[in-house]
Amino acid sequence: MDIFLFILFASIAVFCAVNVVVQTHPITSALSLVGVMGALAVLYLLLGAEFIAAAQIVVYAGAIMVLFVFVIMLLNAGGEAKSAGRSQMVRWLGIPLFTIFIGLLSYIVQRSVPAGPGVSFGQFTGGTPRDVGRLLFTQYLLPFEATSVLVLIAILGAVVLARKEIE
Amino acid sequence: MNFFLLSLLKAAVVAGALLFTLAYLQWVERKVIAHIQIRMGPSRVGPHGLLQPVADIIKLLTKEDLIPPYVNKFFYMFAPFLAITLALTSIAVIPFGPEIEIFGVRTRMQLADLNIGVLFILGISSVGVYGIVLAGWSSNNKYALLGGLRSSAQMISYELPMALAIVAPLLLANTLSLGELVEKQGGAFLGVVPRWHVFQMPFPQVVSLIVFLIAGFAETNRIPFDLPEAENELVAGFHTEYSSMKFASFFMAEYANMITICSMATVLFLGGWQPLWPAALGSSYVPSLLFAGAAAVMIYHGLHPARPKDRYTLPAAGVVFLLIAGVFLLPPLRPFLIPVFWFASKTGFLLFVFIWVRGTLPRFRYDQLMRFAWGFLFPVAMLNLLATALVVALVSR
Amino acid sequence: MTTAVPLSWYLILSAILFGLGVAGFVFRRNIITVFMSIELMLNAVNLSFVAFSYQLRQTDGHIYTFFVMVVAAAEAAVGLAIILTVFKNRATLEIDEVSDLKN
Repeated sequence: MDIFLFILFASIAVFCAVNVVVQTHPITSALSLVGVMGALAVLYLLLGAEFIAAAQIVVYAGAIMVLFVFVIMLLNAGGEAKSAGRSQMVRWLGIPLFTIFIGLLSYIVQRSVPAGPGVSFGQFTGGTPRDVGRLLFTQYLLPFEATSVLVLIAILGAVVLARKEIE
Repeated sequence: MNFFLLSLLKAAVVAGALLFTLAYLQWVERKVIAHIQIRMGPSRVGPHGLLQPVADIIKLLTKEDLIPPYVNKFFYMFAPFLAITLALTSIAVIPFGPEIEIFGVRTRMQLADLNIGVLFILGISSVGVYGIVLAGWSSNNKYALLGGLRSSAQMISYELPMALAIVAPLLLANTLSLGELVEKQGGAFLGVVPRWHVFQMPFPQVVSLIVFLIAGFAETNRIPFDLPEAENELVAGFHTEYSSMKFASFFMAEYANMITICSMATVLFLGGWQPLWPAALGSSYVPSLLFAGAAAVMIYHGLHPARPKDRYTLPAAGVVFLLIAGVFLLPPLRPFLIPVFWFASKTGFLLFVFIWVRGTLPRFRYDQLMRFAWGFLFPVAMLNLLATALVVALVSR
Repeated sequence: MTTAVPLSWYLILSAILFGLGVAGFVFRRNIITVFMSIELMLNAVNLSFVAFSYQLRQTDGHIYTFFVMVVAAAEAAVGLAIILTVFKNRATLEIDEVSDLKN
């Protein structure tokens, strides 16, 4: 069951990620990215990270990507023009080289990761909101506060950038 | 495989009840709005128009499914599917009653008791924006696009106060699982006041409930926040180009979201299936009494008929109501029916409030809507959350 | 019949997603798509964080993931505001045409 779910959602993730890269229209790319995020959320659940899975959906798919889609619709941007002036080498060698690169990387990862018992659902239960919250507000309190300042700065920056010009 | 069969059975029951409610909610809405506006409402199909939903479904199914030539086909088809799927999904984590025992099997009256239930609902509702946005964008129509843009901005804005309003009762309950949330609201102060989060003692969550409901109106695109489909500005907003079953999908999604919001408000603030006052003081006889009272009124009017046909219809309906009152007294069914009655009546009341507001308030202007969200609702929810956190921290010390 | 998934599979998936993100970042010319490729890379990294967290039976990886999400949200807010400003001033989203600061 674990392996079936992993392969299903991993292939969804890879398919959608390829779609993000190859589609010319930004809105198609954006929705494919939402697909990647949804698939990753399921994988997080399989890894026992319940809170992170929910945060992935709420924050990434529900807030950040909606913002992207919103901006794409607002600008009503059309598709990208076909790549004129690109070198032909990229077109013909890109995909095979990428595949070889990924293959090599997989081989190295496979070799260097110690063969443990593997990942099976329910073996690790340290990802509940309670655990994450406890760690976040004790050991990682300072970074947490720092990120809140970062978010505040980002909000101010966005407001300043998006504000109407004052004549 | 027993678990699998049980889940399948529960899913079938919940889905059936949900779809039935969806169909009849629309009838109730039309009737209530009609009576608010001193009209009759649907009255042709069946007695009191009771078969109107069936007629509507037949009409929508048999209408021509028009796909305009200028739309983006894939997303145009995908949007209503997404909207209805997400809208129907969130019912899966709503608890309708406590743990019960049927045929020797103990089970929760809930499809899935996630320990991140609240986050699940938040996630589903935040992803639900895509259905509307995509419908607006793929229609290739300026009104639809404007409707989609408005609705995405509106839903993002109102999600914040909504989330903040949800967090406050969670602080009191100290859990994210919806089932546990309701169980913690059991019992009563001084023997009478229930421990629901609206009345919960360290810091009653009245403000939270109101903020949550207002944000709920905006999230479901209902009047007074139905700017995305304001017909005098935008024709029909994001679903201008939709017809037949695709239109019906959006329509059903809106009602399903309404039901979800109301059940969430019930679970979070109004104590879910917990009765209004303790069972020791006889609260479990309320449903029987209510139905019996209704039956008595019907039979009385049947004996003194205002119209000739009332002589037969009213007593018949009265007998049916008496039977329902009797069912609530049957010992094997009671642990199952009484909680569901309380849950359904609270949710039903909130749904009535939604309809009532629709019949009462005019529509906001768009800038007023945004100013209200960011300038008023958000600070209020934030202050309420801070106050709750402070009180909880002081009390639990 | 417990069929555990090897940890390395998760890491390989993460590597593939990261590689695709890099490819999108390099080859796409629409600013928004480039930006989305960055998000894809962040997601890939998050996956390996969570996978390592599982392997070590520690929750710390989840915290890092959480921080990455917060940073991504901040980045998206500012980045999209910049994109809006660029589009307002130049009416284009082609990344090659926004090259005034070159040389």
